[in-house]
Order: sequence, then structure tokens, then C-alpha cells
Amino acid sequence: MTPQTRPNDYTAYPDAEGRFGDYGGRYVPETLMPLVHELDAAYRAAKADAAFQAELAGYLKHYVGRPSPLYFAERLTAHFGGAKVYLKREELNHTGAHKINNCMGQILLAMRMGKTRIIAETGAGQHGVATATVCARFGLPCIVYMGEVDVERQKPNVFRMNLLGAEVRPVTSGSATLKDAMNEALRDWVTNVEDTYYLIGSAAGPHPYPEMVRDFQAVIGQESRAQILEMEGRLPDAVVACVGGGSNAIGLFHPFLNDEAVQLIGVEASGHGLGTDKHAAAINGGRPGVLHGNKTYLLQDPEGQITEAHSISAGLDYPGIGPEHAWLHDVGRAKYLTATDQEALAAFQLCAELEGIIPALESAHALARLPEICAEVGKDGIVVLNLSGRGDKDVATVAASLGLEI
Amino acid sequence: MSRSRIEQRFAALKAEGRAGFVAYVMAGDPDAATALKILQGLPAAGADLIELGFPFSDPMAEGPPIQRAAQRALAGGMTLTGTLALARKFRDGDQTTPLILMGYMNLVLHRGIEAFARDAAAAGVDGLIVVDCPPEEAGPLADALDAADVSLIRLATPTSDDARLKVVVKRTSGFVYYVSVAGVTGVKEADETAVAPAVARVRKASGMPVAVGFGIKTPERAAAIARVADAVVVGSALVDEVAEAVDMNEDVTRRVLLKAESLAKAVRAARIGQTTV
Repeated sequence: MTPQTRPNDYTAYPDAEGRFGDYGGRYVPETLMPLVHELDAAYRAAKADAAFQAELAGYLKHYVGRPSPLYFAERLTAHFGGAKVYLKREELNHTGAHKINNCMGQILLAMRMGKTRIIAETGAGQHGVATATVCARFGLPCIVYMGEVDVERQKPNVFRMNLLGAEVRPVTSGSATLKDAMNEALRDWVTNVEDTYYLIGSAAGPHPYPEMVRDFQAVIGQESRAQILEMEGRLPDAVVACVGGGSNAIGLFHPFLNDEAVQLIGVEASGHGLGTDKHAAAINGGRPGVLHGNKTYLLQDPEGQITEAHSISAGLDYPGIGPEHAWLHDVGRAKYLTATDQEALAAFQLCAELEGIIPALESAHALARLPEICAEVGKDGIVVLNLSGRGDKDVATVAASLGLEI
Repeated sequence: MSRSRIEQRFAALKAEGRAGFVAYVMAGDPDAATALKILQGLPAAGADLIELGFPFSDPMAEGPPIQRAAQRALAGGMTLTGTLALARKFRDGDQTTPLILMGYMNLVLHRGIEAFARDAAAAGVDGLIVVDCPPEEAGPLADALDAADVSLIRLATPTSDDARLKVVVKRTSGFVYYVSVAGVTGVKEADETAVAPAVARVRKASGMPVAVGFGIKTPERAAAIARVADAVVVGSALVDEVAEAVDMNEDVTRRVLLKAESLAKAVRAARIGQTTV
């Protein structure tokens, strides 16, 4: 591992080459390089354009339903007996997860760039649904690549995407899961360079995607920061989110990066356990490498071949993690814990029973670490957890895991 | 020595007034022993240069034929170390045919850039193509390959405008690989009327020979491209022969070499009767 310097201003990253320390970059075939440079220039212009920002803010308010509430989870707090727990209610967004924040930003950018065809990859189908949603809203054709294995285990989301007018293309190459869907989307992009916009859902991929997706998701942290200041008159002691590719986590973390008293805690999916070969914990169980356009922590075999991830939550079932997380881990600004399938299942039920909120299995991984985090922060402390999605999509998976039929 | 092997080969091709035939095969496809026999047979079948793929689990720029070749090779246990061993064995029996490794960045990083450059040079490898390592990310790799006297061969594409070409050809050596279609390997078909001006542009920007690949599958297409390029690369069509031979339980080496021979013949005959290139 390359030693990394702790910066004075965390928000100054990535640099112009798209690097967060040693991570990030633009590891794509030469055919795509002019396109990622074009995207970078277009994004920079949009970011600086007040009209673009105002348009985005308008859709976030009236279509997505922002701001999402920050909610004091009284019974979870009492249950854990430690810090006060606040839930950032991203599951109340239109389409039921944080994914739409980024999709709305990118679809407006795609139209600004004059692109007429949208492609996306999806694992669980949440990003695919969010992409199909904004494509329907703005009347753009949408093709979603989805691993054949995921198509099979996420049928309701496939149907949703079809209802929204998107074409779902099952991917059979490789392991037929999210990483292969991303390979296939990149292959589509390299083949259709003139008209196509690749709408990446995670804070990963070649620069500027990790920065851009983070910026569009940073609304989560910006709102949370303002809301907790209003409700508690001070910043939280810790903010917590689940991490697959890491878009909801980086969106929550980013506005707190320079508040060094605020602990940033990501929770990776350790599946059947870190000691097994069935987990999705790229930081805790992987090492740095290059995949899908960026350098970051990846699950790999001893020869450097990418291995399949496993998590009960399809949205965390990815062998990599966004490059900014890799860097925040190395410089020690954020810490990354893990939760197993079983721990997530238990937290899923607990949240439903105590708060009347059925969380996504992804978010349940973050909930699963609350006992330790609340104890460590202590009774006078405050913890903000990103409830990144709702769990309706997961009820069949959960029932099956509990040995029940529905 | 190694760089000069590529230079000497292109100089000889120029003297003969013909384009070169570059054969791409995947290391370990379908197994290490067969892949070695194929490699060893390629020069006699008419390959002027050889590209040897090292298999990666996530080959994002490849179409189905080379994806499947990589999966066959990985299933057979092929590794980067195994690929370098194949290269060494090939080089022991052939001192003149340039051998170029082609693959993805993760495996190079995994071995360590300096170690990779050193080991490749020691195995008699002359050049390296890393599909997902554009110039922006290639600084340390270019340094290490320079030190080991191995060429870093860059890709120019239909999306490379003149400004981009300048970036692409900086620190490239040996030759430039022109990707003739926007797309993955082995799917779209290369069109020589579009390729000809592009090759001229890349030649002018780089001052180096230009090999053209992606989307050349038949002897007819190979001949058409050979009339306008310094070399013609065929990969997917060769690895498809491996797949079919395995399926039909035929002699894999024989099938691949026969296909290579027909392609080489077409490339060699392409300019006969032509006065200028």
C-alpha cells in the first residue's frame, strides 16, 4: 500500500487527474478517453452554472420529494441504550432510495450534452429503476444491463424497469452479476460513442464519475448537517452508512469531511463472514487494483483476477468500492466496519418492529453496527445513520432466509 | 535487443513492400501445452508478429470471442506467470519474431510494474499493450518499460482527434495500434475507406508503423486492410477457431494454424500488382 498524506482540506479532492491520493484515475480504453474528457468538461461547466443547479434543485424538490426528513429514532435509541440515533430518511424519496438523487443530476447533464440514448448497469435493480424513471420522465430511451443471475433474483425490479419503458438486457458473460453488467455497459459505451450517455450509479468508474456521483449525492449530507444543527444545535458524533460501491455513504460523509470531530463510519457487507470466500467487503477483505476505470480496493484472487462478491443484499454485491472511500480509509479519516448477512437480517427485523420502518437490506447492514457505535459514542452522543432505501424489494429474500413462504 | 526486434521486422516488411500479419492468441487457450504449440507454429504459418493475450476475469474491451478465450484460459489455470513462461519457451526457439503481450492493467499492477517489466524482458517479450491504461495513467509503466527496453504500444482510435493523437503517440514505441472501429474486439467490421485516412494521420503524427486491428475476421478483409496499413491484426477469428475445434473435438493447433495461414497469405498477396502504398 502506498503511504498517503492526510490532507488539510479533504474536499479539495480529487485532483485534476481524478485522483484521491493513489486511487481513482481514468483506466479506460483509449476509445473512451475523449468521451470521459468531454464529460469532465461538461460536468465542470454544469457545476458552475447557477441555472443548472436551480433546475436540479427544482426537480429534487418537486419530483424526488426532497428534503428527506431527519428523524429521531426514539425506540431504537432506547433499545441500544447509548447515543441518540437519527435516521436520514432517503427511503422516502421517489423510487424508494437515494439512487434517484444522482440519476436526476446526470440525466439533466446528459440532455445538456445533447445525448439521446441512456445506458446504465444495475445489480439489485434500484439504480436501474431510478435510471428508467428519469428516462421516462424526460422521454429518453433507456437500456439497462443486468446480470442474468440478478435478473432472476430481482424479478419485480425488472418488471418495474419494463413498465417505465426501459429495455433490460440480461448479461451472461463472466459471473453474470453486477461487475459483468458494468463491463457490458462499458462495452456498449465504447461501441456507441456518438449518442450514448453512460449513467453510472455508484461513486466509482473513471473520473469524473466518482466526483460527480458524490456531488449529486452530497445533498444527503448537506441536508443532514443542516437538520441536525437545527434539531440538536450541534454536529453529530458519528455518521454511519452502508457501503457497496459507496454512493450513499460518500453523499452522507462528504459535507462532514472537514468536521474532524465527526466520525465517518462505513459498513461493508461481510456476507457469510470475512474468513469465507463469500463476502463483499472490498476494504476489509480486498486489496488495491484497477477495475471499471478506477484504482481502488478490490476483491481479487492470489493471481489478481477479480473474484465474485457475495452479499444477501444485491445492492452491496460488488467486488469494489468507490476510490474516495479507499483514500479516506488509507488516510484514516473514515473507518470501515462490516456486517454479515445474518446481522443485517436481524437489524432489518429490529428496525421494522421498533420503528415501523422496513429498511432496505443494504441499509440494514449499517443498522447492524449501531449497538457498538451507540455504546462507543455514549449516552450524550448523537449518531446519524443513512437509511438509504426502503425494504419492500427485499421482503421475498428476507422471508426465504427465515424459511418462510409468502 | 527487444525493441530492435520490432523495428527490424517492420524494416524488413517495408523492404519487401508488403504489410505484416499480426496474429493474436490467448495464452493458455485452451490449455498451456496447446497454446505453446500454436505459438511455435505461428511464424511458419506466416505470422510476422505475435500478440499474446494474458487472460483477465473482466476484459472490458473484448467482444464475446476473446472474452470466452480468456475464460477458457482461466479455467485451464493460466496466469500471468504462466503467460511469461509461455513467452520464454517461444523465445527459446525463435529469436526473430516480435512477441507482444496484451492485457489489462490489474494484472500488471498486481505483479508490480517494475517486476513486470523486468520479467517480460527476461522472457523475451518485445512490447506491451495495456488496453485499460491510457497515457494519463501510464507514466510509471512507461518508465519501467523504458528501463527494461520493452516497447509500450499505444492505441489510437476513431475517436482520437489530432490533439488527442499527440497525447497518444508520446512515449509510444515500436508501432502504433490503430483500433479500426469504435467498439469491442471482433464485432463490427473494419472499413478500409475509413481506415486509410486514419492510418495516414496516425503515421504522420507518430512517425511509426501503424498496425490495424479490431473487426478484421476474413482473408478478404485482411487483404483490404493490408493495402492501406503497415500491419493487420487478427485475434477474434483465430480464437474462434480454438473454440470450434474444442467443440468439434478436432486438432486445435492445426485449425488455428490453417486459419493463420489463410490470413497471412491474403495479407502477403494484398499489394501484389500495386505500385504505391
